[in-house]
Amino acid sequence: MSADILIDVQHLYRYYGGVCAVNDVSFSVRRGEVLGILGPNGAGKTSTMQMISGTLAPSAGGITVGGIDILESPKAAKANLGYLPEHPPLYRDMRVDEYLLYCARLHRIHRHQCDAVLAKTKSRCALGDAGQRLIGNLSKGYQQRVGIAQAILHAPAVVILDEPTIGLDPIQIREIRDLIGELRGDHSVILSTHILPEVQAVCDRVLIIHQGRLVLNDSVERLTHQQSVTGLRIALRQPPDVAQLQAIAGVEQVERLDSNRFLLHHPPDRNPADGVVDLAVERRWGLFELVPETRSLEETFVQLTAGERLAGGEQEAFP
Amino acid sequence: MIAVIADREFRALFGSPLAWAILAVVQVLLAYIFLTRIQLFVEFQPRLLGLERSPGLTDIVVAPLFGSAGIVLLLVAPMLTMRMIAEERRTGTLRLLYAAPVSMLEIVLGKFLGLMAFFLVTLLMIATMPLSLLLGGGLDLGQFAAGFLGLGLLLAAFVAVGLFLSSVTDHPTVAGIASFGALLLLWIIEWPGGSEEGAGLFAYLSMARHFQSLLKGVFNSVDVFYFFLLIAVFLILTVWRLDADRLQH
Repeated sequence: MSADILIDVQHLYRYYGGVCAVNDVSFSVRRGEVLGILGPNGAGKTSTMQMISGTLAPSAGGITVGGIDILESPKAAKANLGYLPEHPPLYRDMRVDEYLLYCARLHRIHRHQCDAVLAKTKSRCALGDAGQRLIGNLSKGYQQRVGIAQAILHAPAVVILDEPTIGLDPIQIREIRDLIGELRGDHSVILSTHILPEVQAVCDRVLIIHQGRLVLNDSVERLTHQQSVTGLRIALRQPPDVAQLQAIAGVEQVERLDSNRFLLHHPPDRNPADGVVDLAVERRWGLFELVPETRSLEETFVQLTAGERLAGGEQEAFP
Repeated sequence: MIAVIADREFRALFGSPLAWAILAVVQVLLAYIFLTRIQLFVEFQPRLLGLERSPGLTDIVVAPLFGSAGIVLLLVAPMLTMRMIAEERRTGTLRLLYAAPVSMLEIVLGKFLGLMAFFLVTLLMIATMPLSLLLGGGLDLGQFAAGFLGLGLLLAAFVAVGLFLSSVTDHPTVAGIASFGALLLLWIIEWPGGSEEGAGLFAYLSMARHFQSLLKGVFNSVDVFYFFLLIAVFLILTVWRLDADRLQH
């Protein structure tokens, strides 16, 4: 299986002065995997990605890209990487075609292959009609797409995208997500974001980084499964006593949200939905809403980062 | 890779109005100086004829023209070098180069050669003026070649110093004024002169001194070596400075 691990990060540390921005982070990325790095602002996401892309030297730790150590042979390792920094590295006074051609040449793509590569990349990033436009005149969404085009142009094994959807409108965000989904086939993707639904939508695995430390490393599937239904939100036109709802099999606790709405808590393995529906029909409660409540990634995220914040505070108090 | 980066820098320069403005201004100023030197030569020609070992056309027109070109370009070069790295760092495009499979040396040499290609165009345009004298007169081509080489080396040194100072900061204007100051200092450092102790060192450090001897047509390997040393030192310092970017604390 080790042949399939494209990125291997071991015990990564990064200090800025006395501040530890990345603290003992280790993880690996397999071929074809989309990894989401989550974390509040200033958590160390960007530093981590900069180190993987070879634009920032780690204080300690090792990074290999496709088995090649990025510190020992940076040129060979970087050939396997495509990197979109937080601010797309665009020359505003170049045309899109000129810019992409320059990037292709920088990545040692042969001159006579450039045309084909450019055409393919532009169609993937929906830039077909923008080739002759000046980058400085493009909208933010187009600029972001040029940034992504630059990162995937040379078909690298690993694509690193630092907040690829920041500042985009919802339609553009969806387009970028589709593009990332498409990349999944032949590339591994590492993307950072602080938008949680994005991770659930496109990623296979999630890392949550908080105050430089890795606090969660799990597959999205597992997380979604763990966050299986733990509550039912119902709305009734003629609400009965809370006691009657409490009596339904499987209901652990009833929370009254407003005059018509209730939240029924239940254990993950016993869903009382059938009982509620049957009883509502029988006793004419006038059921007009029944929604399963899931514990979202957001709650997991808040719980992890808030908990760590307390722990971090204690450590600082007693060094 | 060096050629790819140099090519982009060269095109980017000609894509901006600054390069064209600089070419035009330099040409106008030097053309004026050229014409005044020609006039001087025409006025003094009859008297010179009577002298033994009199200065020729090259001494009176070409050497002063190249000498003035050196001073004009000292003022102009920092305006072009100041943006080379500082602006790229400011706009974040430097990360594109850092993330690409290119070494720092290739980045620095690419930028250096890209700018030198532009200055080569400038130099060729300046050189056409004295070369036009060949239509009606004779030039000391050896002295002309030495002067042209001197001007080229001088410009390369300007670019190397400017490139380094551009890599130190992310404010192009700071890089510009610092380069101007550094170049001017290297130019005037011989002024103390005299017989004081250490004057020899100051004279050796002075760009003007080495440039002047090449203008006189004296091809001395010490002068050429001085310029190569200066260029190499500042290019290496630039590479170090860019490497330190990744290690920033």
